[in-house]
Amino acid sequence: MAVREEYILEVNNLVKHFPLGGGLFSKKQQVVQAVNGISLKVKRGETLGIVGESGCGKSTAGRSIIRLYEPTAGQIIFEGKDVTKAQGNDLMELRRNMQMIFQDPYASLNPRMTVGDIVAEALDIHKLASGQKRTNRIYELLKIVGLNPEHANRFPHEFSGGQRQRIGIARALAVNPSLIICDEPISALDVSIQAQVVNMLEELQEKLGLTYLFIAHDLSMVKYISHRIAVMYLGRIVELTSSKDLYANPMHPYTQGLLSAIPIPDPHVEAQRRRIIPKGNVPSPIAPPSGCYFRTRCPHAMEVCAKEAPELTEMGNEHLVACHLLKK
Amino acid sequence: MKLAQNLFEPAKSQISAEHINRPSTTMLQDAWRRFKKNKLAMAGLITLASLILFAFIGPYLIKYNYYTNDLMNQYLNPSWIHPFGTDALGRDTMARLMYGGQVSLAIGFVSVLINLSIGVFYGGISGYFGGRIDNLMMRIIDIIYSVPDLLYVILLMVVMGKGGLLNIMIVLGIVNWMGMARIVRGQILTLREQEYVLASRTLGASTSRLMLKHLIPNAMGPIIITSALAIPSAIFMEAFLSFIGIGIQPPFASWGSLAAEGRLNIPSYPYALFFPAAAIAITMLAFNFVGDGLRDAFDPKMRK
Repeated sequence: MAVREEYILEVNNLVKHFPLGGGLFSKKQQVVQAVNGISLKVKRGETLGIVGESGCGKSTAGRSIIRLYEPTAGQIIFEGKDVTKAQGNDLMELRRNMQMIFQDPYASLNPRMTVGDIVAEALDIHKLASGQKRTNRIYELLKIVGLNPEHANRFPHEFSGGQRQRIGIARALAVNPSLIICDEPISALDVSIQAQVVNMLEELQEKLGLTYLFIAHDLSMVKYISHRIAVMYLGRIVELTSSKDLYANPMHPYTQGLLSAIPIPDPHVEAQRRRIIPKGNVPSPIAPPSGCYFRTRCPHAMEVCAKEAPELTEMGNEHLVACHLLKK
Repeated sequence: MKLAQNLFEPAKSQISAEHINRPSTTMLQDAWRRFKKNKLAMAGLITLASLILFAFIGPYLIKYNYYTNDLMNQYLNPSWIHPFGTDALGRDTMARLMYGGQVSLAIGFVSVLINLSIGVFYGGISGYFGGRIDNLMMRIIDIIYSVPDLLYVILLMVVMGKGGLLNIMIVLGIVNWMGMARIVRGQILTLREQEYVLASRTLGASTSRLMLKHLIPNAMGPIIITSALAIPSAIFMEAFLSFIGIGIQPPFASWGSLAAEGRLNIPSYPYALFFPAAAIAITMLAFNFVGDGLRDAFDPKMRK
């Protein structure tokens, strides 16, 4: 299924702060600003990649969108309904349409349940099937992800990492969702298995018309699977554009730095590759710098960067960048 | 040497990559396999089984009962007729030990069952909801902990009327649940952040489903271990209560009350104290070995 010009998911100014546990008697509350006002739109049938280094809030963003965390502020519209306000039946319906694949295949399957019960959990919760119908659906789901039906009675610890990740995918597919949030689904697998899982995700997208929000930190894999990519830094999106455009024409200094870190599989070109290494370390999300969050490390920082946070503005051709350098 | 292309053909793979050879095992089978290898724990388990047989089957095999007085045969030494001797009223000590064993073991198991239900419920709620509720519930436990056990037990026994078997079970159950609650709470607190719990939540699972299907089954190892180690301490506590006279009342007997009776005439008739004391000691030891064995069997790091 091709990408359609219809937005399945709209995130407006999503904020998620975590209060840092003060004791019973301490009054001062510190706050980790994990996600700090991100806005994005996902088209039906596309794959939107979210990249950024560890701790930049990409997983938190994903988990807030699916309501594992209650967002601090902001609006999430999924298929025309406000996710943040959904309750009761609406929330259950949302749970059927939006699903998640997790990062660690060793932690994401309950070691005390059989694979069949894990895959069928959604069927049990939403009372979608029982008895023979349930069994048939389990077999069907296992077949979709390339596992044998006789694996249904086995326990997760008997499977390899790649197989476990496929069980996780089968569980997410059980409810026929339209959007799947993939939270670094391949970063815990080794390279040969990564390709296998990514290809399967692509096939499934084709077959079932899925939309993916693909969270990752492996740039080359994201480029391969995504139609568009959002780059996050310290809880904000700094650049959002089509994956082709991002790699050909990165505009934000942070994106340029990120992309310069990818090795090129051609010795002649690789010899000329220059890494742009931002100075210093990522500031603490408890006390982010004023204005543009990247200014403390940016080689082109100006006065205005300390005063004002740059807005995400369109530079033509659906290429959004948040940087004062490009304003003129 | 020239190698022609047609000399080669791809090897046929015998089994597909998806095939799993190892027989399917559940957690309990796995733990039992490891438990069996532990000699000390197995010895403890066999001892326990024999004690249970002794207490519950034994009375049907001997011709004496625990309450018939025989004033002609007071304080007999062990002999073929009375293997463990007789007591001050001429009752057969072995029969009384068997009966006392029933009481002691029943108190151990039932009070731990009560302890377990309260502890898992309380700890489960505390760990699951976390935050302020957790803080409050744990401080309450701290306060209960700060009151000496014995004082608490004596007060409860007085309030509930001393001596009844059921009363003792309940009192011991409600005195000892705090340790269990703390362990369960700690387990739930770490488990609820696991990705499979998050996955279940994204599927819309209710709190009770999360608890019963995901959290408690995965906390089962520590719960079983704690229970196994709580049984001997309950038996010991009961023995102690009976020993100081606020536990089981005559003519009923438990190992503790038998030891208390035996204490009266130690210089002349040491056997009367020796046998109940030995029964208590052997039970303690056996339960502790089994508990340690379970701890090793459920420890994932011991997995081979």
